[in-house]
Amino acid sequence: MLNYIKLIALGLITLFAMIAASYARDLAYQVHAILIMAVSAGLFLWTLRNTDEPVPAAVLETSYMDGVIRYGVIATAFWGVVGFLAGTFIAFQLAFPALNFDWAQGFANFGRLRPLHTSAVIFAFGGNALIATSFYVVQRTSAARLWGGNMAWFVFWGYNLFIVLAATGYLLGATQSKEYAEPEWYIDLWLTIVWLAYLAVFLGTIIKRKEPHIYVANWFFLSFIVTVAMLHVFNNLSIPVSIFGSKSVQVFAGVQDAMVQWWYGHNAVGFFLTAGFLGMMYYFVPKQAERPVFSYKLSIIHFWALIFLYIWAGPHHLHYTALPDWASTLGMVFSIVLWMPSWGGMINGLMTLSGAWDKLRTDPVIRMMVISLGFYGMSTFEGPMMSIRAVNSLSHYTDWTIGHVHSGALGWNGMITFGALYFLVPKLWNRQRLYSLSMVSWHFWLATIGIILYAASMWVTGIMEGLMWREVDANGFLVNSFADTVSAKFPMYVVRGLGGVMYLTGALIMCYNLWMTVKRSPAKDAVASSAAVAAE
Amino acid sequence: METYSLLREFADSWMLLVLFLFFVAVILWAIRPGSNKTHRDTANIPFRNEDKPAASKEART
Repeated sequence: MLNYIKLIALGLITLFAMIAASYARDLAYQVHAILIMAVSAGLFLWTLRNTDEPVPAAVLETSYMDGVIRYGVIATAFWGVVGFLAGTFIAFQLAFPALNFDWAQGFANFGRLRPLHTSAVIFAFGGNALIATSFYVVQRTSAARLWGGNMAWFVFWGYNLFIVLAATGYLLGATQSKEYAEPEWYIDLWLTIVWLAYLAVFLGTIIKRKEPHIYVANWFFLSFIVTVAMLHVFNNLSIPVSIFGSKSVQVFAGVQDAMVQWWYGHNAVGFFLTAGFLGMMYYFVPKQAERPVFSYKLSIIHFWALIFLYIWAGPHHLHYTALPDWASTLGMVFSIVLWMPSWGGMINGLMTLSGAWDKLRTDPVIRMMVISLGFYGMSTFEGPMMSIRAVNSLSHYTDWTIGHVHSGALGWNGMITFGALYFLVPKLWNRQRLYSLSMVSWHFWLATIGIILYAASMWVTGIMEGLMWREVDANGFLVNSFADTVSAKFPMYVVRGLGGVMYLTGALIMCYNLWMTVKRSPAKDAVASSAAVAAE
Repeated sequence: METYSLLREFADSWMLLVLFLFFVAVILWAIRPGSNKTHRDTANIPFRNEDKPAASKEART
């Protein structure tokens, strides 16, 4: 019966997408309509093939649902490489403008590729990592199979469809010009549906948990899911110009729009890239160190302090604008107070290793997790400092900001995700161990040196251009033109690009290593039985 | 009074107080006497039920 309803719905969607493709007012919308038409028609056929077939036996609640997590791990690694590649390419586009090829104008120039890069690394790489790890962690720490059956698959495929729609939209010019919220109205609506399904799966699993308590990692994951839903809806309140076009108009205007955008933007950092990844940290660091978290009390205080403070920090993006002073002071003060819970969390993660520090010498995976905590501490110190109005007057609009974001994103988010992937792949594919630990070491050093090259060159060029912009001569005239700063930054841009190449190379080594782990590493059971035979 | 000023005044007086008291209460609750045993048990959750779900609340090992 359910299949008939599905068939009717998919048929109607396919039909509407056909009509939309023919009436489309712009190229991006047309391509998306064709894409949606193909996907829903494919799903229609697939559902039709399975209708009135014998129903497979109901899945017992005696195993965890790991298939969707395996897909999530593969998607994470794939989108990671795509995002790093796009980032490295646009870094060289900035250094060598000739790479904005004439034949690709309007599709692959810096302006089009830059949001593709940010969304690919944050939402595709980071988002898939968060969905996969949260599904893994919530099952293990609730001692319960994922709630909602195939809804977890809907979340995975629906989220990746969102990414494909967003990425192709950017290249074809469909954007609402809000940083980290570029996708247009229909893509936003789709993400809202997927995200609510994600919330339902996650919350449903927590509700049917067998453990009396909700482990701290799940608190962080849950706050990330709930807050992102709220932020996404408010920042994307817009009215489409036509149902057959991608263009939409924001409901808020002027400074209100700017404030909502940066309330969204900073909490995308605070809840997507921080709270969610802290959920990862609170599970995978104890697991890899084989000891419980240093202080569970501190983790509770860390959680509540972080979510109470982060939500106010957004206005520090709008110093010296039309935003009222009280609001930007509020944002600045909360950003500085935020330093404390951030470092509390970092210390909690690092001290989990107390008594097991020797593992740093032998286990490159835990080394990766520890350096990610180090970068977390560094960027959560740098961030509050840059939010101070006087510092911000120098750092804002310069490359310093880009350096700060990347030490957080490459260092903290990237490294903890790599650590989680190295942990997950042997477990999920039932392998005894990773294929090669020395490759993990190579990845570790390439990534670390890459980030250092990136951050250091951006500090130099950021502070340099900030100082050049404000330099005035004895008569009060500006000394430098904008183009002067651009040409002065050239060497640092090349160094930054090289840092990106190293980081990308490390990620490629990781992919090869994970692939070979699945293909070549001995299976867990086989080794156990052969060891038993040898013992006899 | 216009809506903006009304909300603004409410936000930086009573709402601020409520949020602050909630926050203080959470910290006091976390460090309450006798919480150590619960927290030790909760902190060890990642080290059980690694391979399959628990059959019942009592069966979690």
